[in-house]
Amino acid sequence: MDKRVTGLAEAVADIEDGVTVMIGGFGGAGSPIELIHALLDRHRATGHPRDLTLVNNNAGNGHLGLAALIEAGMVRKIICSFPRSADASVFNAAYRDGSVELELVPQGTLAERIRAGGAGIPAFYTPTSVGTDLARGKPVAEFDGRRYVQERWLKADVALVKAELADTQGNLTYRMAARNFSPLMCMAATQTIVQARRILAAGGIDPEVVVTPGIFVQKIVEVASPVQEEDLARAGAAYPLEA
Amino acid sequence: MDKLSNNQIAWRAAQDIADGAYVNLGIGFPEKVAQYQPPGRHAIFHTENGILNFGEAPAPGEEDWDLINAGKKAVTLRPGAAFFHHADSFAMVRGGHLDVAILGAYEVAENGDLANWSTGPKGVPAVGGAMDLVHGAKRVAIITDHVTKDGQPKLLRRCTLPLTGVGCVTRVYTSLAVIDIADGRFMLREKLPSLGLEAIQRLTGAELHRDGPVADLIVPEL
Repeated sequence: MDKRVTGLAEAVADIEDGVTVMIGGFGGAGSPIELIHALLDRHRATGHPRDLTLVNNNAGNGHLGLAALIEAGMVRKIICSFPRSADASVFNAAYRDGSVELELVPQGTLAERIRAGGAGIPAFYTPTSVGTDLARGKPVAEFDGRRYVQERWLKADVALVKAELADTQGNLTYRMAARNFSPLMCMAATQTIVQARRILAAGGIDPEVVVTPGIFVQKIVEVASPVQEEDLARAGAAYPLEA
Repeated sequence: MDKLSNNQIAWRAAQDIADGAYVNLGIGFPEKVAQYQPPGRHAIFHTENGILNFGEAPAPGEEDWDLINAGKKAVTLRPGAAFFHHADSFAMVRGGHLDVAILGAYEVAENGDLANWSTGPKGVPAVGGAMDLVHGAKRVAIITDHVTKDGQPKLLRRCTLPLTGVGCVTRVYTSLAVIDIADGRFMLREKLPSLGLEAIQRLTGAELHRDGPVADLIVPEL
């Protein structure tokens, strides 16, 4: 089994209009910027995909990556915990003019909804948000004398993820805090597309240190020198990046 | 009027953190608490984005943007650090594994309710991990100025702003006092020696109770 694809364009070629896309990363750490920009390139060339629902902790920074997807008009809805960032002007404008819908989810609830989606658990109860505005309309139940809010699983058609090492079977490791949501998103998406700094032969990653087992991964593309979104943002870079 | 600086409030909160405690500090002001651990004590700091036992900021130019805290600031690692994904991170939070979370506040109520995520319907809402952090840590402590910039009480009978959590706060360190929340009441534990009981009550939006002597709140110049 070899899950490698030939390049970034092929990796994102069959993402359809209207789908839900989970995008790994917390701030710049783990942001799969090359995959996102490949999706933007495809949209510039073909007008597709569009009407996407994005799932990420944030709602983009500056004019790169996730923010650039919004700026290109490809996004209908964002499910996230914290739309603020150093420069959230793109999301803020889209939110204010109503072109992008926001579903605000507490960060730990977002993680657990994604985990549940990948694990086949349709709903769960959490103490988070009990008695707050974010629990409105959700069932509440008491267990052992405390109240808990029912939350639903969250699944996606596609996940875009940045890994450190992959092997050809899709086993993954991550780099430091770039791990964040990615292992959960790999589980929760029908099609998980991974950019890895290095792709090794099967057996190249010690099974003891695999973080995401290959069963959760469908496509892998090597991006040997990935850019760091935070570096780009601090340099004031915008999509499309100059070659 | 005498009052503690933010550094001094952070210092006071740090004195109650035991050696080896697992601690989450909220973004911003609460991060200062890490600087004032008593000599010989080393808490293990947790950040929601997936690190245990991170250390202070690196020197300028040494940042690695894959190594950041929940405030997206660059950090370093201490010996014994660990990385983990977000579901494990919030299992640590909600699962009762953290000894203490220290957070900021817009308002705290005598019933333990906390408002610290939203100042109302204006603007773009953002919650992050605030609602998760108030549940599960063995102690949820607040550090805050005793009053707002306009001099209005931040400690109230009931919160007026959107709630972050219900009945979750156990102790409040303010610029004037240390106050526990027990059985739906503010219990005054320490106050600035220069401040009379009536004066501090006037600056508080709910009744301050006592069940014993009130200690002097004495903090070094910082």
